[in-house]
Amino acid sequence: MATERRPLVLNMGPQHPSTHGVLRLVLELDGETVLSCEPVIGYLHTGIEKTAENLTYNQAVTVIDRMDYLSPLTNNLAYVLAVEKLLKIEVPERTRSIRVLFCELSRMASHLVWLGTAAMDMGAMSVFFYCFREREKILDLIEMTTGARMNPSYFRVGGLMADLPQGFSEKLHALLDEFPEWLDNYRKLLGTNVLWVERLRGAAVVSQEAALAYGLTGPTLRSTGVELDLRKAQPYSGYEQFEFDVPVRQNGDAYDRYELRLEEMVQSARIVRQAIDRLPDGPWHIDDWRIFPPDKHQHVEKNMEALIYHFKLFTEGFKVPAGEAYQGVEGPRGEIGCYVVSDGSARPMRVRARTPSFYNLQALPLMVKDRLIADLITAIGSIDIVLGDVDR
Amino acid sequence: MGLAIGIDVGKALVVIIFLQAAFGYLTLIERKLLGRFQLRPGPNRVGPFGLLQPLADGVKLLFKEEIIPAGVDRFVFLVAPMLSLLGALMAFAVIPFGAPVQIFGRTVPLQVAGPSLSLLYVFAVASLGVYGIVLGGWSSQNKYGLLGGLRSSAQIISYELAMGLSVIGVLLAAGSANLNQIVSAQTREWFVFPQIVGFIVYFICAIAETNRAPFDLPEAEQELVAGYHTEYTGMKFAMFFMAEYINMITVSALATTLFLGGWHGPAFLPSYLWFLIKVAIFLFVFVWLRATLPRLRYDRLMAFGWKILLPVALLNAIGTAAWVALVHP
Repeated sequence: MATERRPLVLNMGPQHPSTHGVLRLVLELDGETVLSCEPVIGYLHTGIEKTAENLTYNQAVTVIDRMDYLSPLTNNLAYVLAVEKLLKIEVPERTRSIRVLFCELSRMASHLVWLGTAAMDMGAMSVFFYCFREREKILDLIEMTTGARMNPSYFRVGGLMADLPQGFSEKLHALLDEFPEWLDNYRKLLGTNVLWVERLRGAAVVSQEAALAYGLTGPTLRSTGVELDLRKAQPYSGYEQFEFDVPVRQNGDAYDRYELRLEEMVQSARIVRQAIDRLPDGPWHIDDWRIFPPDKHQHVEKNMEALIYHFKLFTEGFKVPAGEAYQGVEGPRGEIGCYVVSDGSARPMRVRARTPSFYNLQALPLMVKDRLIADLITAIGSIDIVLGDVDR
Repeated sequence: MGLAIGIDVGKALVVIIFLQAAFGYLTLIERKLLGRFQLRPGPNRVGPFGLLQPLADGVKLLFKEEIIPAGVDRFVFLVAPMLSLLGALMAFAVIPFGAPVQIFGRTVPLQVAGPSLSLLYVFAVASLGVYGIVLGGWSSQNKYGLLGGLRSSAQIISYELAMGLSVIGVLLAAGSANLNQIVSAQTREWFVFPQIVGFIVYFICAIAETNRAPFDLPEAEQELVAGYHTEYTGMKFAMFFMAEYINMITVSALATTLFLGGWHGPAFLPSYLWFLIKVAIFLFVFVWLRATLPRLRYDRLMAFGWKILLPVALLNAIGTAAWVALVHP
């Protein structure tokens, strides 16, 4: 009797230590070799896009935060820039620089989480704690300014929640001064470790053609030799005024992505330093009471008209002219974009987010075909998915 | 006659109780050390400095519900953890952990049993443990368990050979396979110096044999959730755990005996303390490696075992044989 040879079907996740949340993978295995891999998503569906339709434009900032929860400020930026496009308003220079500053700090924090979790996936667990120690310092700065650590909702249409607090610059400079030392430590601990390099090199390879065809962005795309960074390609929020490089690698493997992300942190630190050193004085929000609420002490308590605007803004929000706008920004994982449609009311008619993790995840089956299970884990780690970002 | 049996039983009891306690406190020490490596205090709530943590863990595991998944091969599923633990405990029996002492006017060697081929006995018994892992993984009707068990058997086969070859140098140099004689051959010079290659190969293989990081593939949590013991709960899980830690102690003790002069040491400390200190150093290295290194990939692990460790160990054995035959009659 001939026995039929069937692959072993393994249902990995949604509860599994290294699926970075609730990703489910249906694997077909031959021994340890992955024959096919099918990601099943939707376990973290939050309905953020739908919820945003029922909130006023500024309220929606708070839910947009929660999509990519490792870098909420870049989500905010894409959204507020899209709404500002619809309103046809320009925010002051200082606002733009502060926004850039916080987006780059978020990128550093997000890449630190990536490094920690990717190292944990490989079994090097201590790195995780070191990365979180460093990330904590960045979160402290964000908390100092916004009052929140994970979901700060700091950006507003037409400005910010608040100006930078006293003593922020000194603390930031202290952080930037010790930052190169952190990276040095990671490079010593991982970069010189032959086990780490062996695990990453040649794993999770994606070709340039496939990367472009699948719409990959961010470090995953740049590791294949495509130099596409929205900060350079379509500058927004004043990025054209900053000096920085876009690192690119050629092999498209996990090791390239590891190097890219470390290098991106260096570049982010460069941008942050320029932003804080050249931060112009002046207003940190637009001077239009129809959109940005007047200051409480300066105006609302003294001026009847200001009180009316304040009341109107907080009860029904501001109306946005009918139309549609898309704004993409370069998040830590790639292009995160917001497409906002307005019907002329105070609430968006549709908010659609183009999130990088969703696209990057599509390439996973390609990366792991005919590779070992261990490489699958490397691949999941190296594309840096956030499940909240996949299932808005 | 009665006294001799009494002493033997006593020694066996002492060793078994010591190993159980050492297992408990090894978990605590490991967690404390990992905590220090990872910027956290480690367990410090149960008792002073967390000293009662192992007891709390033990009590917790004892009172856990025993879950036996539907469709498992019940007999094999239950026997597997015992088999693992049995192998781990038996291997320690022949290791001399101190200089002979005087009890009731008799000279009693500090080891449970001393067969003349005790080194072979250690290897034979220590590899029994892997049956527990393979059978446990296979019988638990879990795909992660199955993969973990298979990884373990492949790993043991590749590393057992290199490990066996790595100690042949010591065997030749001491001219005996009896651990007591190997220890006494190291009175003047520890074998770690002439046998440095063998020592390194032995230690790497020992880590692989005990399934510890960076060779912890059978239970790689990021890949296989918990590997072979995914479906085990309560005391059955604890037995696998115990087997792993006691194996760690045993391979460290064997390394001490073969390469670091066993219980020999300056006379200001008793011999068994010297033995403990040397074992503790090895155990520290085990924890240190776990805190630092990423895990190897399955195919690299095999390649490393077969293509590097085995030839190196073989060359070392041949070199030592030539040296013994030509230089050292």
